Amino acid sequence: MQFGIFTVGDVTMDPTNGRTPSEHERIKAMVTIAQKAEEVGLDVFATGEHHNPPFVPSSPTTMLGYVAARTDHLILSTSTTLITTNDPVKIAEDFAMLQHLADGRVDLMLGRGNTGPVYPWFGKDIRQGIPLAVENYALLHKLWREDTVDWAGKFRTPLQSFTSTPRPLDDVPPFVWHGSIRSPEIAEQAAYYGDGFFANNIFWPKEHFKQLIGLYRERYAYYGHGSADQAIVGLGGQVFMRKNSQDAVREFRPYFDNAPVYGHGPSLEEFTEQTPLTVGSPQEVIDKTLTFRDTFGDYQRQLFLMDHAGLPLKTVLEQLDILGEEVVPVLRREFAAGRPAHVPDGPTHQALVARRDNQEVSPA
Amino acid sequence: MTRHLVVITAGLGRPSSTRLLADRLTAATREQVAAQGATDDLDVQVVELRDLANEIAQNMVTGFPGPQLRAAIDATTGADALIAVTPVFTGSYSGLFKSFFDVIDKDALTGTPVLIAATGGTPRHSLVLEHAMRPLFTYLRAVVMPTAVYAATADWGTVPADGDAPLATRITRAATELTPYLTAPAPRPAPAETLTPFADQLAALAPQE
Repeated sequence: MQFGIFTVGDVTMDPTNGRTPSEHERIKAMVTIAQKAEEVGLDVFATGEHHNPPFVPSSPTTMLGYVAARTDHLILSTSTTLITTNDPVKIAEDFAMLQHLADGRVDLMLGRGNTGPVYPWFGKDIRQGIPLAVENYALLHKLWREDTVDWAGKFRTPLQSFTSTPRPLDDVPPFVWHGSIRSPEIAEQAAYYGDGFFANNIFWPKEHFKQLIGLYRERYAYYGHGSADQAIVGLGGQVFMRKNSQDAVREFRPYFDNAPVYGHGPSLEEFTEQTPLTVGSPQEVIDKTLTFRDTFGDYQRQLFLMDHAGLPLKTVLEQLDILGEEVVPVLRREFAAGRPAHVPDGPTHQALVARRDNQEVSPA
Repeated sequence: MTRHLVVITAGLGRPSSTRLLADRLTAATREQVAAQGATDDLDVQVVELRDLANEIAQNMVTGFPGPQLRAAIDATTGADALIAVTPVFTGSYSGLFKSFFDVIDKDALTGTPVLIAATGGTPRHSLVLEHAMRPLFTYLRAVVMPTAVYAATADWGTVPADGDAPLATRITRAATELTPYLTAPAPRPAPAETLTPFADQLAALAPQE
């Protein structure tokens, strides 16, 4: 099982002192946070993609390429890469290039994006969101698996005799997660291809995601990729920790109350009761995270949101220390206990290469 | 089998004349259903939006309903028929009333029979029913009863010497219109879960030869 962090990349005023970091500070902070994730023993760093203020990460592969050069083990990913408004040809090229530079430590999570105007800004029609996701990914999938592609579709100029370069490292494309908050179509898409499904469950109650993940698992088995409990599931989480629960609550409350997504809405207490958000001691975070398995089954990747709502870099780095030292080692041990042998681990390039080689030597 | 009638009332006072009108409409509907000799049980659930005001506002911010609001939404979208009553505020339905329907999925009330009603200080606002309430439920593709009931403050005291009060007459007529939806042999079928198989989604995008 893999543990990591995902970042939205928001530039938000620290509500406790009124200070807003510059874009430059925020970008450098994201890189520092990624390096810290590796240092404390986490497996994954994922960055969002946005094309409007107050968000900085418009160019994820540029950032991840830089992080790749400064890390050795960390898997670099996205949360999410916009499959609707980016050209699938450019995604194929950018991530294959990143995959080579990072020696395979790359995967990506595809999403449709939730900022309406991004569609018209990139010349797309938001009413075609799902069809765009379907067609663009079908092309991306082909570009990474066929050397020479002839293709025609609804949304993009046709291709004749096109080869996306560089070819994927070891001829094994980066692993793909499909991220969704509400669309069964995307769960169905992930299941069809045998790709991963990431349910960013951090803002909503679990009943909703139980249904979505259940559908994905069922359809994954239907399409013959394995049993339902072998489907590749990723989940979000959101935590703030101090040694004493009360200190965590006191320190985090102003950030919660003013957070861009849920601020000025429910109370911290209501929100922690209804969603995965945990504000408290490391043990409380461990306990809450372990309940995810009871709800959703054994899963492959757990990403935490740690650096939003104006939290200062220093605090975020302290949080990562606690996460890496006190929380994740226990979670690794607990999640491993009782995990059936046939449930796959989190996807890595090496494992995908080995699986491909296995399939080639074994008779069909 | 049991039929479910959900009564949504957006009155803020305690007691509230909006709730009073909702109760009159509910009682009249019960009476009509019984008069039809219906064999099915009628289950009536009243949703007081005042009690959900916080959760409705929070849903606006977070995008998901809290536990009490979720129960109210589930009851509303699963009902065989609705009675929806709002006070008139600033020339229209109240903001709380509209907000409740704003946080419900826009397709969830398709085909649901609705009896609409409103209360106000003077009769001059009665067209709120036709110019605000009816278009709202038409947008939601609900089936709105032809008779809508408006009660001005004065209506609670008006009983003409020569017969029934006009308010009582309208209440009975509206209830009579709603009754068939609570007594007819086959209830509205639940919408089937539609999942388009992925191959069909792909095929729909293939260029035409």
